Amino acid sequence: MTAVLQVKGLRTQFATDSGLVVAVDGVDLSVNEGEVLGLVGESGSGKTITALSLIRLVSAPGRIVGGRVMFDGKDLLTLTEREMVRLRGDRISMVFQQPKASLNPVRRIGAQIAELFEYHRGLSCRAAMVQAVDLLGRVGIPAPDRKALAYPHELSGGQAQRVMIAMALALKPRLLIADEPTTALDVTIQAQILELLLDLCRDTGTAMILVTHDLGVIAQTADRVAVMYAGRIVEERAVTDLFDDPCHPYTRALLASMPVQGDVRDRLGAIPGSVPPPGRMPLGCRFAPRCAERIRHAMTICDREEPVLYRVAGGLSRCWLAAPAVVRS
Amino acid sequence: MNLDANPAPAALAAYDDPGIVAGPPRGGFRAMLRRLWRHRSGKIGGGLVLLIIFCAIFAPWIAPYDPLKLAMLDRLQPPSLAHPFGTDELGRDLLSRVIYGTRYMILVSVVSTGIAATGGIFLGLLAAAGGRWTDLLVMRLVDIMLAFPYILLLLAVIAILGPSLITALVAVGIAAMPGFARLVRGETLSVRESEYVEAMRVLGAGTLRITFRTILPNIASPLIIYASYTMPLAVLSAAALSFLGLGAQPPLPEWGAMLVQSRSFLRTSTWVVAAPGFAIFFAIIGLNLLGNALRDVLDPKART
Repeated sequence: MTAVLQVKGLRTQFATDSGLVVAVDGVDLSVNEGEVLGLVGESGSGKTITALSLIRLVSAPGRIVGGRVMFDGKDLLTLTEREMVRLRGDRISMVFQQPKASLNPVRRIGAQIAELFEYHRGLSCRAAMVQAVDLLGRVGIPAPDRKALAYPHELSGGQAQRVMIAMALALKPRLLIADEPTTALDVTIQAQILELLLDLCRDTGTAMILVTHDLGVIAQTADRVAVMYAGRIVEERAVTDLFDDPCHPYTRALLASMPVQGDVRDRLGAIPGSVPPPGRMPLGCRFAPRCAERIRHAMTICDREEPVLYRVAGGLSRCWLAAPAVVRS
Repeated sequence: MNLDANPAPAALAAYDDPGIVAGPPRGGFRAMLRRLWRHRSGKIGGGLVLLIIFCAIFAPWIAPYDPLKLAMLDRLQPPSLAHPFGTDELGRDLLSRVIYGTRYMILVSVVSTGIAATGGIFLGLLAAAGGRWTDLLVMRLVDIMLAFPYILLLLAVIAILGPSLITALVAVGIAAMPGFARLVRGETLSVRESEYVEAMRVLGAGTLRITFRTILPNIASPLIIYASYTMPLAVLSAAALSFLGLGAQPPLPEWGAMLVQSRSFLRTSTWVVAAPGFAIFFAIIGLNLLGNALRDVLDPKART
């Protein structure tokens, strides 16, 4: 299998009044053709910034300061802004969390979709409109020829997200980045939208990076999962391995905090503390101050030195527990 | 009473996907006109403005006399059936002159506001889209212009260009520019942060396309409202300039010019200044009321 996207050592930092904040700190990722990679982590773990960095849309004061993003044999970080503009929406696309806010409120949705065909494919206004209506039908909008004339405020949240998906996949991109595509939607609609995303991606052969904090969504859709914590990837596994046998204590804690049907615990597991604020990262493992295993195993190395990614069954884990005994001591 | 009026999620879900639309589609221009007509001050202001436009278009047919023709035998006649508004010191029919004056009033309000809006939009977008230094430079320039008293700014422009109706139009346009520039910059900065602009960027739109196809249509409402407030100001300023002898020059039936040339007869023949004075008054009332109504109709926050 060939990789559509290969990210090496991606680093994005923000120059704030209180100093440099490194939001994405040396992230490695790869997405294979037609694969769904889940990117999970709690708020502030850097997953959205990672996604935006891939298409170079981190807004000031944020700046990508290092790494490579190989896509189609080219390093996206070295392209000119002009080449990037041509690439976005065409070869790489993105779907956002707030579908209703992501559509231009003063233009009809048909025109907004058609514009993509006009701009990237040079179609005439008329031909582009035909394509747009066809696309609306394919994402499950009823009476697409009439709905094409609707304004965004006339759509429901689910419909708006369908329109966004239509726009994102209009030109059959090789990679789709979906940033919390279902978080703002109703639970029943969530499943429909995920289904639609997966179906369309399968049809067009598009690979997907699904950014979410919802492990349930990941379990249903992803092939592989990367777990982010404090700007770093702490575990990357095939989805079955991750859920059957999570390696990193953070992943384990995350899974323990999910409600399970039929389970009659009084309380869900919680992770004590919170993500360390970016300027004040611990010296050793970034999760160490909240880690239950560290105390249980009485490990001192965690506070002194940060682990790298070690090979585990079906993936990688950034934990001293996964390190070979020789390294650990 | 149940304050939490939100329906249960399940009910919402049932509503969501079959595509139920809240109310009929809000059709663009015609619906706006209809709402404007239903608005009380929109009706009065719109009526006055329509009357002015009607007079301007059909002036040669509805004016009873030639506005420039002198009739020394009929000079300073009080209002009568033959001359409803009376005549001026040169025997010209004031009604005809007021009717022809609407043409200058429309010229002034449309052209000056047009100049102000075009220049202001350009400067505002430049400041918002350009880098930090461009922004700083443009906005400080705008601040400097705003720091001058309005009439002084007008006089300065006319001192450079020389007094005539055309330079008065340009001067008023330039003097009203900074307000537009500030408005456009502010609105652009706020719209630019919205998610649909971000989404456009993600879908491969460059800065120019985002600016003209996404940002500009989205700031159109405040711009239209601001323009409708600028128009009466422009009319008043142009009339003031004419009054000072720096705008339209005497034989022209421009209201400000009419005021100034007849003002020495004010004590004995009030009607010579009453006619152009009331014309200016009603024109400005009309534009202001229409502006108020437009604000109510176009401002999504004021809409109930």
